[in-house]
Formats: sequence, structure tokens, C-alpha cells
Amino acid sequence: MQVFPFLVVAWIVVVGLYGMVTSRDLIHQIICLIVVQSSTYVLLLGVGYVTGGVAPYLFDISPHPKAVDPVVQALALTDVVVEAAVTALLLSFAVQAYKRFGTLDPHDLAEFKG
Amino acid sequence: MNQFFALSVAVPLLTAAALLAFRPLLRDRRNARGLVAVAASASVAVMLGFLLARTGAGSVYWFAGFRPAHGVVIGIDFEGDQLSVGLACLGAVLMTAAIVFAWRYFEQVSSYFHVLMLTFLAGMTGFCLAGDVFDLFVWFELMGVSAYALTAYRPEERGPIQGALNFAITNSVGAYLSLTGIGLIYGRTGALNMAQIARYVASHSAVHHGPDGLVVIGFLLLITGLLVKGAIVPFHFWLADAHAVAPTPVCVLFSGVMVELGLYGIARVYWSVFGAALGHQSAVSHVFLALGVLTAITGALYCFRERHVKRLLAFSTISHAGMFLAGFALLTPLGLAGAAMAVAGHAFVKGALFIGAGIVLHRLRSVNETWLHGRGKRLRVTGIAFTLAALGLADLPPFGTFLGKGWLTDSASSVAGGPWLAAVFCACTVLTGAAVLRFAGGVFYGLGDPPGEDPRMAAEANEETGETESGRQRTPLTMLVPMCALVALGLAAGLAALTPRVAAAFESAATRFEDQSAYMSLVLNGAGTARPAALYPQAPPDVTAAAVITALCSVAGAVLLALVALYWRRLPVLRRGYEPGAGLTGAIRSFQSGVINDYITWLVAGVAALGGVLALIVR
Repeated sequence: MQVFPFLVVAWIVVVGLYGMVTSRDLIHQIICLIVVQSSTYVLLLGVGYVTGGVAPYLFDISPHPKAVDPVVQALALTDVVVEAAVTALLLSFAVQAYKRFGTLDPHDLAEFKG
Repeated sequence: MNQFFALSVAVPLLTAAALLAFRPLLRDRRNARGLVAVAASASVAVMLGFLLARTGAGSVYWFAGFRPAHGVVIGIDFEGDQLSVGLACLGAVLMTAAIVFAWRYFEQVSSYFHVLMLTFLAGMTGFCLAGDVFDLFVWFELMGVSAYALTAYRPEERGPIQGALNFAITNSVGAYLSLTGIGLIYGRTGALNMAQIARYVASHSAVHHGPDGLVVIGFLLLITGLLVKGAIVPFHFWLADAHAVAPTPVCVLFSGVMVELGLYGIARVYWSVFGAALGHQSAVSHVFLALGVLTAITGALYCFRERHVKRLLAFSTISHAGMFLAGFALLTPLGLAGAAMAVAGHAFVKGALFIGAGIVLHRLRSVNETWLHGRGKRLRVTGIAFTLAALGLADLPPFGTFLGKGWLTDSASSVAGGPWLAAVFCACTVLTGAAVLRFAGGVFYGLGDPPGEDPRMAAEANEETGETESGRQRTPLTMLVPMCALVALGLAAGLAALTPRVAAAFESAATRFEDQSAYMSLVLNGAGTARPAALYPQAPPDVTAAAVITALCSVAGAVLLALVALYWRRLPVLRRGYEPGAGLTGAIRSFQSGVINDYITWLVAGVAALGGVLALIVR
């Protein structure tokens, strides 16, 4: 197992979180959230990767000794679906926020706390 | 019978889809839509209740019949034991009450509301029953997305958008960290099913005389999302923001079940997967106890100074979540049974309190305690039910909360520092109970001195106008009935648990939940329990005199403190120029700032601190 993909994962998480903490724009903040989530794709695929492995078509071919793990690919796909739902919802909130408040700065939005 | 496992998530999901598909037909038929939603939710409650009665020591449902082959899991399973099915059933009951309550609550209840409520229900049920960690994440997200959308159900207003954004972003970060943990665990163990992971980590730690470091990191990341959902300090900031602005029927579920589900998830992954590997060390127990106590105290202090009744109830939920976590953290069957009992009792009374707050908002157009002072005298039935529920929140015997807290403190008395723990819980119960009783006394009975005129008050009073139908002269029965039913259920839960049979069932369910080998053999070998149920302790936990006295003291303390809070101007010591908590307000506000960036910072700091502590103690 290689270490490099996991260093990349850690880097993406840290960069995304840093962006979320320092962001002054809601859209930017949501994109940073997507960056944090992207780390999970790299992680999942990195976990299942086999050097020299083939794509996991396990039907109608002679069993290949080396194939990458199909489970993590299914997980990553599900992950993409979840992300699409969450991101779409969050962006629609951001649109509504801009319509109501005329600003996208989280610090200004906090003034309108209900 | 096992088909009920699949049906309990399929029914709400399919009903939600049908409601959307036939939306044009149902556009002007609000009663039809309500009936369909109530029927779906009630049928889930009935199915789960049936499973609860029949499930015994636990049963497993394998989707499409993919059973484990030679002890290796190849399918996806739902695992039902009495705690998981019971919690799911509790969620379905509360959901039914909330949908009935919402019937005449909104001016325009669109189909989206019912659709989202039903997907929310499916998410909660699936989360309780899920047998593998990735499905735990997926159900968690389904529950989350429905909850975010429900919070912002009135997007035309300002507060809900801001609250929903805080809620959604904080919880999403937590969920993604959970997913990272799941990925790490899968990478190390090659398994997603909890029993399978458990087998790997247990054998690994037996060989290497200690847990695998990577698995410990995975555990930490996995519970981060659950800690956020469970509103444990310092991950709790989103909760008050979301509760303050979410429609009140939704708050019933947020406070009653959703937060507790986060804590249930922690208990589930701890006991079913990691417990043996982490060695059930007292150090791990101390970490969770410390988190629980910190949360209980923080929530109680915030609760007492709050005047916005939905926020007040939200902070009391945080405080109680801390106590539930502490009950789990004792790592004893009695502690877990106490936490489960307290969760059930709390869900009923807190649901009733939120419905009461909703009725006040519906009739009087405000949730501000100061403005409402003395204006709720006409709401007699609501007032009585609210006061009863408030006393239940303060542990009045025989409400379920009293028994739960009693078992919890009994269990705590066996650990070092147990009396302190009991004292802290008692103090927090007094504070939160007093805050709610103060609201009840001031609003429904006009007790206490009328507040001075405050120019900001009028503005605050008008904050919530859009949520509910314009003021009516009568409270609809669809609001009063669920409220009274929930109070009655809270009482019934406590009374039932006083009988030795139900009390013993609670303890044996908790014992079974904490029995990892039984869980593994049930899932992997389908062999039922490794130990027959008769081996579990059958002696029911006693109701000790100490527990009754403690509960009565906390009720008396809460009433007394509420009266002091109402009449403090007449106390000679405090009369001049004293405003309760005035000096603290600035500092407290700066913590609960409402800025997402701050919440994320706290979250990251919390994870880092927790990771540091775990790295030091788990060897």
C-alpha cells in the first residue's frame, strides 16, 4: 500500500477545512465543503487500488488474479450521489440567503439570527 | 415477520414518492395528504412495535437473502435488538404525533412537508437498524438532508435560512469526517459490516496486545459525525440555531429523537465494533463522562438564561443529551438501561413541550417569554399539559425521566466520583426544569412581576409571525390531542417501567446490547445469541428510596428556582440594579455567535483535542 494517496487525502481535508474556517463568502464556503468531501473519493479509491490490477469486471472473463476492489467504487458512487443532494440543497439555501439578506458573508448573516 | 424490517423503511419512502407523483391530484386536498402521511407513519410505528414485542434477543434481516457464507458477510443487513427497534419505534410514534400536530399548524402545508417528514422517518428508522457502517452513513445523510430541508421549510423568511445553513454545513462536515473514518476502517479491515469489523479488530488486538492505531483513528473520525448530531460540546452550536427557526412540528423530532440517534450511533459502534478492541478501559469511559458532564452543564446554563422558548427547550435538549452520553459512558448495563429509559421519557415530555410552544406561537403569535408574560391565561388545557410535561422534565415520579435518571445515578454510584456525577445531574435537571417551569408560570398563570417595557421586545415578539396560520380563537384538537397523548405516554412509560417485568426487560436489553460476542454470533452465524437470554440478569433494577428522594428534591428545587426567577425583583438582596446573568450575556453570545466559520473551528478543535486524548490513553 502506498502512502502518497493518503498524504493527498490529509492535505485535501486540511485545505478544505482551512477554507471553510476563513471564508467570507457562502458560495466559497460551500465549495470548500465539496473539497473536504472530495478527499473521501481519493481515500476510498486509494484504499481499493491494487498496483497492476484490472477493472473489476468479474463476469464472463477468466478470473484475473489482480483486480481493484469494486466495493470502494460502489461506495464512491454512493458518496457522489449524497454529495450532489447536499450541495444542491446548500446552494439553494445560499441563493435564498442572498435574496433575503443581500449578502453572502457568513458574519453578516449571523446578524439575522432567528 | 422479518419482512417488517424492510417494510419499515420501504413504506415511508414509497409513500413519499407516491405523494410527490400524485401531487397535482392532491393539491387542494390537505386532509387526504395528511391522512396518507399519518397512516404511513403510524403503520411504521405499529410494525416496529410488533417487532419490538417479538424480537427477543435480536433478529437479523438480510436484504435479498444474501446471508453470510462461511462467516463472511456478503450482503447488507438490518439488525434489530430491543434497543434499536425500540428507538426506531419511538421515532415513528413521535413522527405520527408531529404530523397530526402539523395538520392545522401551517397556513399552507404543501406536499413537500409530508414528503420530507416521511423521508426523515425512513432515515431515522434505517439508521437505527443498519448493520453496517456505510449504510449507517447513508441513512445518516438521508436523515440529515431531510432535516436541513425541513428546517428551511419557510425559505421566504430570514431566520430559517441562516439556521438551516448552520445546521447543514456543520453536520455535513461531521458526516464527511465520519465517512473518512469508515474508509480508513474498511482499508484496514476489509469489511463494512459491523460484526465483521468487530471480529477483525478483536482478533488483531488480541494478537498485538493493543488496538490498531489506524482503527482507533477511524473510530474517532466515525464518531465525530455522531457527536455533532448528538449535540455534544463543543460540537453542539448548530442545535440551538436550527431549533429556534425550524417549524415547531419538526422541532418535536429534532429534540425528541434525532439528537438521541447520534448518541445511539456512538453506543452502537462502540459496543458492537470497537469496545473489545479499546479494552473497555476506564480511561475511555472517563473521556465520554467528561464530555457528557461538560455538555450537561453548558446546556443547563444556556437554557436558564434563555427567553426564546424554542431556544430554551433546545438548550435543555443539549443538557439532557450530555446526561444520556454520560449514562452510556458508565459502560454498565444499568447505565445504558437508564439512558434508554431517560431517552424515552425525555422524548415524550420534550415533544409535548415543543407542541405546547407551537400552540402558544399559533395562538399568541410569539415565542418570547417576556412579551408573553400573563398572555397565555386563556390556554387552560395547554397550560396544564405544559406544566405537567415541565414537571416531567424535572424528573417528577413516575415520569419515565425519573426512572431513567434514577437507574443512571444508581449505576454511577459504583464508580469513583459517582456522588459528584449524581449531584451534577441533579443540578442540571433543576436548572433546565426551572427554566421551563418559569416559562409555564409566567405565561400560563401570570405569576411573577410583569416585565418592564423594553423597546426591543416588540420587534422580538414579531419575529415568528409567518410560521403558523393567523391567530385563531380556539386551539384545534389536532394540536391538543397529540400534546396530551405525549404527556400521557411519558407517564405511561414511567408507570410501565415500575413493574418488575418491564424494568427487567430494559436491563436485559441493555445487557444484550453490550454483549459483543452475542452480536457477532447473531450476525455472522445466525445462531441467535451465544448466551441464552436466561443467563442475563433477571433481577429488575430496584427503585431505591435514594432515587425517589433525589427526584423529589430536584422537582422541589426546580419549582423553587422557577419561583425565584419569577419574583427575583422582590428579593431584598437582588433588588437594586441587578439583572440576572447580565454580565455573562456578552461572553455567552460570543460563543454562540451564529457564524458558521466559528462552529467549524470549534469542530476541528474538538476533534483534535479528542484525538490527542485518545492517543494518550489508548495503548
